[in-house]
Amino acid sequence: MIGIINYGMGNLSSVKNVLEYLDIDAVIVDSPNDVASMSHLIIPGVGSFAKAMDNLQTKGFVSEIQAFAESGKPVLGICLGMQLLADKGMEHGESAGLGLISGTVELLPTEKLPIPHMGWNGINTRNDHPILAGVKRSADFYFVHSFAFVATNPQNIVTSTAYELDFPSIVANERGNVIGIQFHPEKSQKQGLKIMENFSNLGNA
Amino acid sequence: MLKQRLIPTLLLRNGRMVKGVQFDNYRDTGDPVFASKVYNAQYVDELVFLDIDATNESRPTNREIIARVSKECFMPLTIGGGIKSIDDIRELLLVGADKVTINSAAYDDENLISEGAQMFGSQCIVIGIDVKLENGAYVLYKKSGREACSISLIDHIKKMEALGAGEFFINNITRDGVMKGYDLDLIKLATDNTNCPVIACGGAGNFMHLVEAYKATNVSGLAMASIFHFGDNNPIRARAHMKNNGVNLKEV
Repeated sequence: MIGIINYGMGNLSSVKNVLEYLDIDAVIVDSPNDVASMSHLIIPGVGSFAKAMDNLQTKGFVSEIQAFAESGKPVLGICLGMQLLADKGMEHGESAGLGLISGTVELLPTEKLPIPHMGWNGINTRNDHPILAGVKRSADFYFVHSFAFVATNPQNIVTSTAYELDFPSIVANERGNVIGIQFHPEKSQKQGLKIMENFSNLGNA
Repeated sequence: MLKQRLIPTLLLRNGRMVKGVQFDNYRDTGDPVFASKVYNAQYVDELVFLDIDATNESRPTNREIIARVSKECFMPLTIGGGIKSIDDIRELLLVGADKVTINSAAYDDENLISEGAQMFGSQCIVIGIDVKLENGAYVLYKKSGREACSISLIDHIKKMEALGAGEFFINNITRDGVMKGYDLDLIKLATDNTNCPVIACGGAGNFMHLVEAYKATNVSGLAMASIFHFGDNNPIRARAHMKNNGVNLKEV
């Protein structure tokens, strides 16, 4: 059973809708007590880093998510949820993240192009990962964000995307069980759905 | 590289999809949920739903359509028409919308825009602007084209951006449904005066109109309705034609 963490940040229904459409069992997880019994976790989210960490902390999710990731079970962070995997975020002042993938989250350093980076953009594979099995690498995916992950270790970058400069669009930890995706696979039509399906198959081999 | 966007627009009336000419003489064009599924299968980039009678009938936006579409169409969904409060926005996001378009209320309630942007993020607050060219000047209209506003286009755009709006959806009423091409001057005026993405609507009648607008302006997305309702055009053919003419559209 995939658990979708509900911590009051944004729309959970689009992630739930995709999993239902794909016939994958998923529930919204409202309490940290229910985290450990899940097979997979998804951290969705739209909003600001500091507020999101504050909510996760207040609701008691932080240590549960960290223990879940430590156990080796698959964790997927989407958009803001991806950024929360970092050590710290710089949005509205510095705040600590979940510390599951080494790095920081900083404002996209564009000079000419508008912020937020909004629309369909491509990915370039840096270090392949099973989350991309069977995904068409030339496809575009739907992005909406102003901040981006800055990875300490380039080996953690699965794909990068160009928006004036390159930024990591998918990251994964060394063990491969914690994955962060900056774009919205749940809003990226066929190839995005393939990514969601791949996630549900992680750890089942 | 960020791609340009092709955005079919579905006008809602009594649960059906309609299309008119210059905001009048609406004809029934089918079931909006079925149409959305077809558009999804044809890989359009976003869908925009506008409940055109909600403001004038003083009722909330039709939520049922977006709730049904969001269960089967996995792309960004925007809905507008009749939005007056933060609660209206929240309800629409909860049932599956990713963005909301605010038009009439943007003229009367600045707090709705600033609070909406703070609460849900600028990316989800789209400002809809309906315009008519009158005696050489653009005049803004609210309430589905029924009531002229005194503020100028540029002032309105700058004010909305400063309040936190994240995107503009600009429609030339005079060209709506006429299928003679987009108002390129209007698009340029808008894009020159904001850093936000601008979506243009009103006038697409053939594929060259789409290519022409992308080549001649910095528009981020083109919205259209009649071109796909009347005649045998569809998004797959539009995409192929545009790509052959050098427009950067997404790979699927």
